[in-house]
Amino acid sequence: MRKREALAAALVALGLVVVLPALNALPDGAPLHVSNFTLNLFGKFLAYAILALALDLLWGYAGVLSLGHGVFFGLGAYAMGMHLMLEIGAQGVYRSALPDFMVWNQVTELPLFWRPFKSALFTLAAVVLVPGLAALVFGFLTFRSRIRGVYFSIITQALALTAWLVFNRNELNLGGTNGLAGFKTIFGFRLSEPATQRGLYVATAVALVAAWLLCRFIVGSRVGKVLVAIRDSETRVLFSGYSPASYKLFVFVVSAVLAGVAGALYVPQVGIITPAKIGVVPSIEMVVWVAAGGRGTLVGAVAGAVGVNWMQSWLTTSYPDLWLLFLGALFMAVVLFMPDGVVGAASRGATMAADAVRRAAGTGGTRALAAPGAPGSRMAREP
Amino acid sequence: MRRLLLLAVFAWLASAGHAAALTPEQVSSALASDDGERREAAVAALGRTGDPKWLAFLSALRDGSVYAHKRGHRVELVVGGAKSARGDQEVVEIVRAYDRTPLGVVPVAELTEVAADRRLRLAIKPFLDASETRLQLADADPAVRRGAAVKLGHQADPGALPLVEEALARETDRWTRHALAEARALIGLAHGDAAARVEAAQALGGLHATSALPALRRLATGAASAAERDAAAAAVRRIERWTMLATTLETAFQGASLASILLLMALGLAVVFGLMGVINMAHGELMALGAYTTFVVQNWFRDVWPERFDLYFLVALPLAFTVAGAAGLVLERGVIRRLYGRPLETLLLTWGASLIIQQALRLWFGAANVDVASPRWLSGGLPVMVGLQLPWNRTFIIGLAALALGGMYWLLFRTSTGLAIRAVTQNRQMSACLGVRAGVVDATTFALGAGLAGLAGAALTQIGNVGPSLGQHYIVDSFMVVVTGGVGKLAGTILAAAGIGGLNKGIEPALGAVFAKVLILVAVIVFLQRRPAGLFAARGRHAEA
Repeated sequence: MRKREALAAALVALGLVVVLPALNALPDGAPLHVSNFTLNLFGKFLAYAILALALDLLWGYAGVLSLGHGVFFGLGAYAMGMHLMLEIGAQGVYRSALPDFMVWNQVTELPLFWRPFKSALFTLAAVVLVPGLAALVFGFLTFRSRIRGVYFSIITQALALTAWLVFNRNELNLGGTNGLAGFKTIFGFRLSEPATQRGLYVATAVALVAAWLLCRFIVGSRVGKVLVAIRDSETRVLFSGYSPASYKLFVFVVSAVLAGVAGALYVPQVGIITPAKIGVVPSIEMVVWVAAGGRGTLVGAVAGAVGVNWMQSWLTTSYPDLWLLFLGALFMAVVLFMPDGVVGAASRGATMAADAVRRAAGTGGTRALAAPGAPGSRMAREP
Repeated sequence: MRRLLLLAVFAWLASAGHAAALTPEQVSSALASDDGERREAAVAALGRTGDPKWLAFLSALRDGSVYAHKRGHRVELVVGGAKSARGDQEVVEIVRAYDRTPLGVVPVAELTEVAADRRLRLAIKPFLDASETRLQLADADPAVRRGAAVKLGHQADPGALPLVEEALARETDRWTRHALAEARALIGLAHGDAAARVEAAQALGGLHATSALPALRRLATGAASAAERDAAAAAVRRIERWTMLATTLETAFQGASLASILLLMALGLAVVFGLMGVINMAHGELMALGAYTTFVVQNWFRDVWPERFDLYFLVALPLAFTVAGAAGLVLERGVIRRLYGRPLETLLLTWGASLIIQQALRLWFGAANVDVASPRWLSGGLPVMVGLQLPWNRTFIIGLAALALGGMYWLLFRTSTGLAIRAVTQNRQMSACLGVRAGVVDATTFALGAGLAGLAGAALTQIGNVGPSLGQHYIVDSFMVVVTGGVGKLAGTILAAAGIGGLNKGIEPALGAVFAKVLILVAVIVFLQRRPAGLFAARGRHAEA
C-alpha cells in the first residue's frame, strides 16, 4: 500500500469510526451536531458498503458477476433478525413467548431451527456460517461444472428469484411477506436508545474498515493475483496448472460471508428485514453501486454504495416516480461512458493530468493510463 | 259469495287446458286476493298452461308492470309499457293482459299496480325458468343447448324428464346429447326406484359424469341394496379413473402452452446469445411492450370500430411484433453495439434499459394491471373428451409458437440472411473477412428476437395479466431455458422450453408453484453438472473460443 493512499484511507476510517459518532454525541443544537437520523442513515449506507465490497471482490477481481448476492445478505440478516425476534420475548402484541407472526399463523411451538438462535453466540456464528455454507454448496456445484460468465450470472439470478419466492412463504416460519420486524433490544440494549444506535453505527464502521483491510489483503496476496488472472483469462490459468474453480469458490465464500455480515449489521439499524430485500431487483441494485463507484478498486465500491444510496434516499422522497428511471439511466450511463466507474474515471483523469503536466515540464510521463487494478477491456471477453 | 266465486275460478284455473280461456277479470280477482296461497295457486295454474302468452304475462307480473285498470264498473288487467310525460301528467302505454291488444295511453293515476311480493315472485320463477330452458334446448347454438342440459342435470327435477327425453330424441350435437343423457341419468338417480338408480349409476359411470360423483359416493355407502352399492361404487371408480386421465392431459396441455410462451421468449434470446454472446435483460420488457401494444390496439378498436372489435387481435399481433422489434433495433443500434465483446456489461446495460422501459410503462399506463378482452373467437374451447376442453386461447398460443418456430427454421436454414446469421455465429471475424456485414446481421437478429418477444407479449394478453412488471414473471424462466438449451442449436432451446414448462406445470398441482420453481432451479443446476454448456453444446474448435 502506498503511503499516501494509506494515509488517506486512515483519515477516512478515522472520520467514519470516531468523528461522526462523536459529533452525534454532541448535545442537540450544538454546531456540527449530527442528528440521530443522519447517523442511522449512514449506518445503513455503511452496511451496504460492506455488501458492495463483497461484490467488488468477487466481480472486480475474479470477474464473477453474482446477481444473487441479496440471498447471502438476506441469510445474514435473517439470522440476526431471528435472534432479535426471540429477544422480544413476551413483550410482543400477543404477550406470547413466540414471535407475533407465529401466533398469528397459529404455530404453537417454537420451530426447531429457531431454538439455537436464542443464544447470541450461536447467532453471531450463524451470521457467518449460514451464508458461508450456502455459498460453499452453491459455488461448489456451479464452479465445479465450469458454469461461468453470463451462465453463472443467470443461475445466481434464478437463485435470487427462488429464494425470494421461498422466503415469502408462511410455511417457512420466517414471517412470510412481512418478514421480521418489531425488534426491541439487541443483546439486552434497547434499540430505541440513541446510544445503542451509535454503538451499532460504530460496529458497522469498524466492520467496514476490517472488511476493506481483508479485501486489500486478499487482493494483494498471491491468491489475488491468481484471481485477476482468472478474470482476464480463465483458460490460460487452467492450463498453467491452477484450479480456477477452487480459487473462485474461495472468493465466492468470502464474499458471501461479508454479505451476510452486512445483512446482520443492517437489520438492527433499520429494524426490519423482508423478502423484498433478497429478490432479483435488490440483488442487481447492489451491482449498480459497484459499477457506479468503480469495480476492481474496492474504494469505488464503498463510494458507490454510499453515493447511490444517498441519492436514492434523496430522490425517493422528492421524486418517487423518477427514481427507477434515474437508476436505469445511471446504470446505462456508467456502463457506456465510465466502464470503471467514478473512481476509475477520476483516477484516470488524475493520471492523465499528471502526465500532461510532466510532459509539459519535459520530464516524460509514465504511460500508465488505467488506474492500478482497474479491469482491462479484455476482462469480460473471456468466454 | 265472493269466496265461492273465487273457489270456482280456482277449480277452473286448475284444469290447465281451459286456462287460455280465462278472462282477465277472473285472473285479476284471483290475484287481487289477500290470501297468498290463492295468489300462488293462480300463478301456478297460469304457469302450467305453458302458454307463451301467459308466461309473458307472468314475467310482466314479476317485473311489477301489471296493473288493474278501472273502466266504469269493469276492472281490466293490463300490462304497462313505457312511461312518459304529457303536460303535467305522467302517462303510460297499456296493452291487454293476455292477447296484448293495445289499449292506448292512459294517465298513471287511473291504474292500480298488482304488486308481486317475494313469495309470488318465487312462485313465478320456476315456470319462467322452465320455459327459458325449453327455449334454450331448442336454441340454434349448441353451446346454449348444452348449458341448458347441464342446468337440468343439476336441478334433477323429475318434472323435467319429458323435456329431456324430447330434446334427446331430436338432438344431433354430440356433446349436447352427452349432457342430456347425463341429465336424464341424474334425474333417475335422484328420483327413480332402486332398479332405476342402478341403471342410472351405470349410465353415469359410462358417461364419466364428474358432477354425479358426490351423489354416487353417497349411494355407494348408504344405499339399501347391494346391487345399488356395487353399481355406484363401480361408477365412482370409473369416473375417478377418467378424471385422472383428463387432469393429466389438461396439465400436459397447460405445460405445453407455458412452454410455448417460454419458447417464443427464448427463441430470440437464444439466437441473439449465440450470435453476440449477449443476454438481453430487457427482453421481458420488450414482451411487455408487445402486450401494451395489444392493449392500445384493443382500445382503438373499441373506440373507433366497435363492430369489428373481434378483429383487433389480428391487427395487434403484427403491430406488437413491429413495436417490440423497433424497440429492439433502437436498443441494439443505440447502445448494445458499443459494448460488443463485453457480455457482463451488456447484461447490466440491458437491465438498466429494462428499468427505464418498465418505469415508463408504469408512468404512462399506470401501475395497475390493464384489462385486455379476448376476442370472441378465442373464448371457449375445443372439447376433446368428457371433462377436458382445450381453451382456444391456449391452443392459439401453441399454434403461434409452432408457427414462429417454423418461421425461424425457415429463416435460418433456407434464406441467405439465415446463412449470414449462422456464419457470424460460428466465426465472426472470418465471416466479416468474407464480406458478411456482421453489424447488419447483429441488428437484424436482435430486432427479430425482440419482435418475437413482442409477439409473446401479445399472446400473453389472452391468458395472463398485463402490467408494467409483466416481463419479470417470465424472464428468469426464459433465461433458464437459454442456459439449459445451450447455444447455437434451436433443438436445445425447444427441448429446454418443453422441459421447463412441462416440469413447472407438472409439479405445480402437487407441490405448489414455489416448490416447482425451487425444484426447477435444482434440476437445472444438477443438469449443468453433466452438461455445463447446455443440451447441445458447440463442440470442436470454437467450443472454448
